[in-house]
Amino acid sequence: MKQLTIISGKGGTGKTTITAAFAHLADKPVIADCDVDAADLHLLLTPQLIKQEPFYGNRLASIDKEQCSKCGLCEETCRFGAIHGFEVDNTSCEGCEVCAYICPGKAISLKERLSGYWFVSDTREGPMVHARLGIAAENSGKLVSLVRQEAKDLAEKENKNIILIDGPPGIGCPVIASIGGVDLVLAVTEPTLSGLHDLKRILEVANHFSIAATVCINKFDINQENNQMIEDYCKEHGIELVGRIPYDSAVTKAMIRGLSVIEYPCGAVTREIERIWHTVEDLLV
Amino acid sequence: MVISIASGKGGTGKTTVAVSLALSLDTCQFLDCDVEEPNASLFLRPSIDHKRSVSTLEPWIDESKCTFCGECAGICVYHAIAVFEKDVLLFPSLCHGCGGCILVCPEKAIAEGRRNIGVIEEGTSNSIAFIQGILNIGEHMATPVIKDIKRLIRKDMHVIIDSPPGTSCPVIESIKGSDFVLLVTEPTPFGLNDLKLAVDVVRELKIPFGVIINCDGIGDDRVKEYCQEENIPLLLSIPWSREIAEAYSQGIPAVEARPDLKEIFHSLFQGITRIMESKRDYDVQLGACR
Repeated sequence: MKQLTIISGKGGTGKTTITAAFAHLADKPVIADCDVDAADLHLLLTPQLIKQEPFYGNRLASIDKEQCSKCGLCEETCRFGAIHGFEVDNTSCEGCEVCAYICPGKAISLKERLSGYWFVSDTREGPMVHARLGIAAENSGKLVSLVRQEAKDLAEKENKNIILIDGPPGIGCPVIASIGGVDLVLAVTEPTLSGLHDLKRILEVANHFSIAATVCINKFDINQENNQMIEDYCKEHGIELVGRIPYDSAVTKAMIRGLSVIEYPCGAVTREIERIWHTVEDLLV
Repeated sequence: MVISIASGKGGTGKTTVAVSLALSLDTCQFLDCDVEEPNASLFLRPSIDHKRSVSTLEPWIDESKCTFCGECAGICVYHAIAVFEKDVLLFPSLCHGCGGCILVCPEKAIAEGRRNIGVIEEGTSNSIAFIQGILNIGEHMATPVIKDIKRLIRKDMHVIIDSPPGTSCPVIESIKGSDFVLLVTEPTPFGLNDLKLAVDVVRELKIPFGVIINCDGIGDDRVKEYCQEENIPLLLSIPWSREIAEAYSQGIPAVEARPDLKEIFHSLFQGITRIMESKRDYDVQLGACR
């Protein structure tokens, strides 16, 4: 069983569009939406919910006003600046428990916080594991790891061939959690200076964690010069460029209909993504 | 006034809006808080004259004093320390820097070290005071870098904050304390879905906000309908234009490619100012009623 993560560094380059297309083309996939902050894959795969489970992230400090002697030691000791005037600021608290340890009156305890939900669903392309992080909640990396573990268990149990992981933008904790231990990452970029800048950083992250990476350029025809710069960069660094997808406004039309670009034909876009999938499939073997 | 530009979904045009807004003001401070993938400098091309590193606390264990009692591992909820019979293992990337281990160690064998996780660059771009944070490759936590950037917020000028995409901790850290948040979206199902999540976040933080639709015309009208239903001010619609897209690809600010937009962004700023003033009046009235 293989694992592929679609990442990008920069947001909005087409990760989810490509993941949904791959889900249609792959043989027996499990699909994992690891963009738990702003998940969109469900809008294309219309999942039928099978299971919903709560996700508990870090715990939160809570001060018992009756027991509190207002000594201020907790505020002084908190490294996250999460205590002001004997109240805990939930958006700053990282649940370290140091305040509870230091409090002479034992007035502080840590409380579980519901930080979101994760789901197992059925889709027309196969089973899907996805999640929704709670409003202003932390620990998205932890939730990503949970989604991936569930997807892996499911793939093993149901004898699936591949886990397709739709990754988040950026290079921080949820991205690192999305790519750890996968067989290959596909970085989707666009021929803009931002696209190239962000691609370089995400490829450095993949390299840092010794994960094989490959690149595809989306909307490659909007700027020939930048497209060439990306191609040159990949060549210089020995990274395989698996495809160039042209710009086509039909992609948005497919999205509005809730279909992948394979199910809703988008001409050259569809053909190129099919070709990319076969190349990626070969790389995974 | 501190205005943050946020979005939920990535690639909707946060940086385009933030840069255009900054360039339509006489002067301002610009903070690029998208420290994982900072892009504003590609457009503002600032001259950087000061760099400082961002570090987090990291425990240093003096093994000659350590008795391997395990108290430090016991308090560490992040599992960043493991203690064995004759060995202590530290996992720096898991450490949040809470200092718990230093507090509990009965032998005072743990000292407070620092570990660099990123850098903050300060400079100027014409009349803009520019600051950006850059998270080091392989680092997990963006929030300490964002916190350090925000310590540099100036009180004597308007502040524009370009925040990261998403809805979790780095976004909260970036927009927290702002007077107003501009949520940039695109008129597509993905744009709408992620806008709703972003709206939940700014409502939770109780920050006044408005919406900007970028690339108007590429999709459907559901974002507009949603804003109407929810009584959210739709402050600006920027129609999709090849000219702006091409300028973006080359790192040219939209207001430079299309000078007519400068006036529009200036009016946007005045619109936000008016919203804030009427809100203040309303708050004062409310106070008087009480």
